[in-house]
Amino acid sequence: MAPSSDIDATAPKFLRGKYAICGVGETTYRRGSEESTRNLATWAINNALEDAGMTADDVDGMLNYSGNDSVFAPHVANDLGIRLNFYMDVHGGGSSTEALIGIAIGVIEAGMCKAVVIYRSMNGYTQVRIGGTGARSAVPIIGDQIHHRGYGWQSAGQMFAPTFLRHMYDYGTTPEQVAHVKVAHSKHASNNPKAYYRTRYTVDDVVNSRIICKPLHLLDCCVETDNATAIIVTRLDRARDCKNPPAVIQSVVGRCCKPRGDIHLHYQHGPISTVAGHYAKDILFANAGVGPEDIDVTGSYDAFTFTTMLQLEDYGFCKKGEGGDYVSSGAIELGGRRPNNTSGGHLCEGYTHGMNMVIENVRQLRNDADDSCPIGPDGKRQHSHDYSEGGCRQVKDVELTANLGWAHPGAASSMIMSKDAR
Amino acid sequence: MPIQGEYMGMMLTIDDVDKENREFFRHCAEGTFHLQKGKESGLLRYPPTTACPWTRDREYDWVPVEGKGEVHSYAEVHHPIQPAFREKVPYMVLVVDLDTQKGEPTEHEALRVAGNLVTADGEFAPPEMIKSVGIGTRVRMVFSDVTDGFALPQWTIDEDADQPENPWRYPQE
Repeated sequence: MAPSSDIDATAPKFLRGKYAICGVGETTYRRGSEESTRNLATWAINNALEDAGMTADDVDGMLNYSGNDSVFAPHVANDLGIRLNFYMDVHGGGSSTEALIGIAIGVIEAGMCKAVVIYRSMNGYTQVRIGGTGARSAVPIIGDQIHHRGYGWQSAGQMFAPTFLRHMYDYGTTPEQVAHVKVAHSKHASNNPKAYYRTRYTVDDVVNSRIICKPLHLLDCCVETDNATAIIVTRLDRARDCKNPPAVIQSVVGRCCKPRGDIHLHYQHGPISTVAGHYAKDILFANAGVGPEDIDVTGSYDAFTFTTMLQLEDYGFCKKGEGGDYVSSGAIELGGRRPNNTSGGHLCEGYTHGMNMVIENVRQLRNDADDSCPIGPDGKRQHSHDYSEGGCRQVKDVELTANLGWAHPGAASSMIMSKDAR
Repeated sequence: MPIQGEYMGMMLTIDDVDKENREFFRHCAEGTFHLQKGKESGLLRYPPTTACPWTRDREYDWVPVEGKGEVHSYAEVHHPIQPAFREKVPYMVLVVDLDTQKGEPTEHEALRVAGNLVTADGEFAPPEMIKSVGIGTRVRMVFSDVTDGFALPQWTIDEDADQPENPWRYPQE
């Protein structure tokens, strides 16, 4: 796909391929971390620095996103002895990772700092549950919130449900087709020793699990876990001095919106079976100078199975309306044409508001997925590409990956990364 | 003074300065649905906002709008979040295309008004009623009182309307 000259957002094409993710790190993915979010953040960032072969002196920027459930960047930086030239704490959940990577590129390009750590630290099971249960269900409901919470319309699944059902109505998408997303991601997670859920599921398992909010069964919904994740962004020339190969950033889109969003997300302006990826794709692919057909691995946000399907469709990995066919065709599974969420994603590995899918794609580009394959004499895993249970999850010859972040049906972030061409 | 009322075990609050929501819910308490109409555009909008999305105009009038329409999509909740809703499951949240201004100003736009499916008396719909409602069902608005000067718009089946033979529902009951 040629860069498009009529989209203003594609103007800074000179940044294509100039920045990279040079380090990634995480804590365990579990329920019951028994750690503060401050301690989890320190743990994940230390792992990212170690992965990059960097010291505290090599980073001087920090970005963090949260929703009143985490720790501020300066506290974490102080604990680690990192002297900051730039930091910012941003409100947000899904769709933040890719957007903040874009901000990191911007502040480095502006000369404000040289390398930025981005983290998300959350006790999403034992402290603040994203679904709104526990403490979150007891908070006062003020002003605009009355228009949804007043109707018992509050959690992400409840709010997104009319979008998902309307896609079924408009295009004949079936629950069984969409259940294949869980089947694929659980297959991938079974080859990921870090994943919280490592059991493989069938379509029947999904559609026979209890209904949470139609069309979502329990197994259409992601896991809630306690964890922190971190990545480090810097200029490609600096990233090349790091311990591991850089994942080169080709384009980013940050919280691109549908027309006329509203406090109910996006229901005033249809078609409501189309999500923001439809708009984001025109920035994402044009800035990278590639098209969906060039992408080897996708990381499509999976708060719900339907989220993954809708995004893959609206970003153009299949024709509009054919998302159900695409996700049930085998294409998104390991061994298929374009595997999605090879770590198991939010449905199985752990819930991190999008960052673990970026981490996974960095590892795929390095040809270094941390599965159970044996480590050879060169210190690298000897990937078998045998995707049977408990085996390999490294995709062959990964050149280009796409991450498709999701805040809600009306707002999307995304990123394309490549292997270093050098 | 903020307007405050307990509803379904939840404390609902509208601040003094939140003029748009105060007016919206006050009209509901008086039993006539009103929406903001932009002075420049002449277009209605929902939910309440501080400016016209088509002209940026901050001037508007509250005008009465007929509470009738068709279900555009819905959520049917079987696992509630708010504790008081546990006794009501399953319950439906309807997203309803008002007849007024449907398809304007562009094809895919409509005033899509949320509300629970309730009986004509304003009680949460029983399971048999829920099973009869889907995309395409014709509904009319009723109101649930929260406190003085504060009621929520809700939806009930429009008994006088021609109903589709089989409104679309999620296939698994």
